[in-house]
Amino acid sequence: MLQIFQRHLSIPLRDEVYRNSRSISRSKWTERLHLQPKNIYTTGMQSIPINTYDSPTAVLELIYKLKVKDVMTSDIHTSTPSTTMGQVRTILKANSITGLPVIENKQILGIVSMEDVLQALDAGRIDAPVEQYMSKKLIVLEEDMPIFFAISYFGRYSYRRFPVINKANELVGIVTSRDITTKLLLEANREIERLEDETGTPQEVYTGQIERWFTVQSYDFENAGFASTEIKKILKGRSINSQTARRIAISAYELEMNLVVHSKGGSIHFLMDDSRVLVQADDTGPGIEDVEAALTEGYTTATEWIRSLGFGAGMGLPNVQRVSDEFSLTSEPSRGTHAKSIILLPRHEQKQINQTAQKE
Amino acid sequence: MKVQAIQDCITGEFKTQGDPAAEIQNAYTSDLLSDVMGNAPADSVLITVQGHKNTVAVANLVGMPAIILCNGRSVPQDMQESAEQEEIALYTTNLDQFTASYKIAHALGKI
Ligand SMILES: Nc1ncnc2c1ncn2[C@@H]1O[C@H](COP(=O)(O)OP(=O)(O)OP(=O)(O)O)[C@@H](O)[C@H]1O
Ligand SMILES: [Mg+2]
Repeated sequence: MLQIFQRHLSIPLRDEVYRNSRSISRSKWTERLHLQPKNIYTTGMQSIPINTYDSPTAVLELIYKLKVKDVMTSDIHTSTPSTTMGQVRTILKANSITGLPVIENKQILGIVSMEDVLQALDAGRIDAPVEQYMSKKLIVLEEDMPIFFAISYFGRYSYRRFPVINKANELVGIVTSRDITTKLLLEANREIERLEDETGTPQEVYTGQIERWFTVQSYDFENAGFASTEIKKILKGRSINSQTARRIAISAYELEMNLVVHSKGGSIHFLMDDSRVLVQADDTGPGIEDVEAALTEGYTTATEWIRSLGFGAGMGLPNVQRVSDEFSLTSEPSRGTHAKSIILLPRHEQKQINQTAQKE
Repeated sequence: MKVQAIQDCITGEFKTQGDPAAEIQNAYTSDLLSDVMGNAPADSVLITVQGHKNTVAVANLVGMPAIILCNGRSVPQDMQESAEQEEIALYTTNLDQFTASYKIAHALGKI
């Protein structure tokens, strides 16, 4: 009899899988996995060999995201119920494999293995048809299952391979644990490369200083926010705590936007070392008439249409001043504006506080 | 509340999904971007009529997982793309900011 166990489990949609792998509502999965299908001849429940609660998200995402069809071998050898055991032996030998699915009208009826061939040989019945020797106790996987299931099935049953079927119950492939290992290694490698690309070179991630220059065009709302968004990414890569990162982001964004909104164009200079971050904005004009007024909350010279875009609250420079540990603004109507914001990184801040405490 | 739950308390539609499971703890209603920048709490939803790409940049920099765009304002293509890229949920509604704000406040258990 054909037993398709996973029919008892409903397979969630792809995006649900993805979501669950990232959020805490993973319980649904766990529940599904613990549903014990009827007729299971197995000793207890074994799960996959990694902790699904605090393993790195990248790894979890892989085992939820990759489908059985992504790892299976679809170019497979099969036999029919009437193939003889002798023919099976030839196919197995010729292809160095140890088992064959038995197919009729695309439906899978059983599996015949080298052990079955040996049994037939012992009984002197090598010409008997496959249907007399094949194993009908079948556990199959569905092609759309996440490999999470496949891994747990390999832990649960002693089989070395599982046939894979599609929604129409047709055999579409075979999956072995080797297929999974190989694919996982490949994907994990790719993922690590991607993460390394995102966070810059490892050297940059851990030590030394980072310096970036961004040019900012006047009235370029299309790319506005680019410099500060890039800066935020760098901070994330360096695992700067979120409060400090937010202060730096505010500083960078407000200075960048002032270049877009008020200047003829200029540059943002970002410099970060182990102890502090510098964000400096320089432009070539038109400069600020009254620097003190510009630093007053609510003061703005923004035009009506600039304000309609959400700028011109007159809060940008006051924001920068508030989040900075050191701030300076110099401007000459003919020469342009130079704004400098320094934010100390927490460890350094800590050291300074200790030093002052010791002096007292 | 979760980002996803915005649709349960305000009629409208998600233009981008963001991270549907992200947690919203607070809300900030404003159309002035440096006001948002300086004063909005992190993990809050931004309620605004400011429908352009820079709104997304601000939300991203401040750490806001969702934006509710009120008064039936339409979403420009580049704003949509930017929200997709930064994984920020973008929700449009015909409600005005006052109504959207008190509905969210209610859902957050603030009133
Ligand atoms: N780079 C600059 N070049 C010339 N003028 C500037 C520059 N930066 C700021 N200003 C002047 O200082 C004023 C105050 O700047 P601030 O950033 O505080 O407010 P805002 O840019 O007008 O509005 P908001 O930042 O709230 O959107 C501006 O309106 C403008 O007149
Ligand atoms: Mg400004």
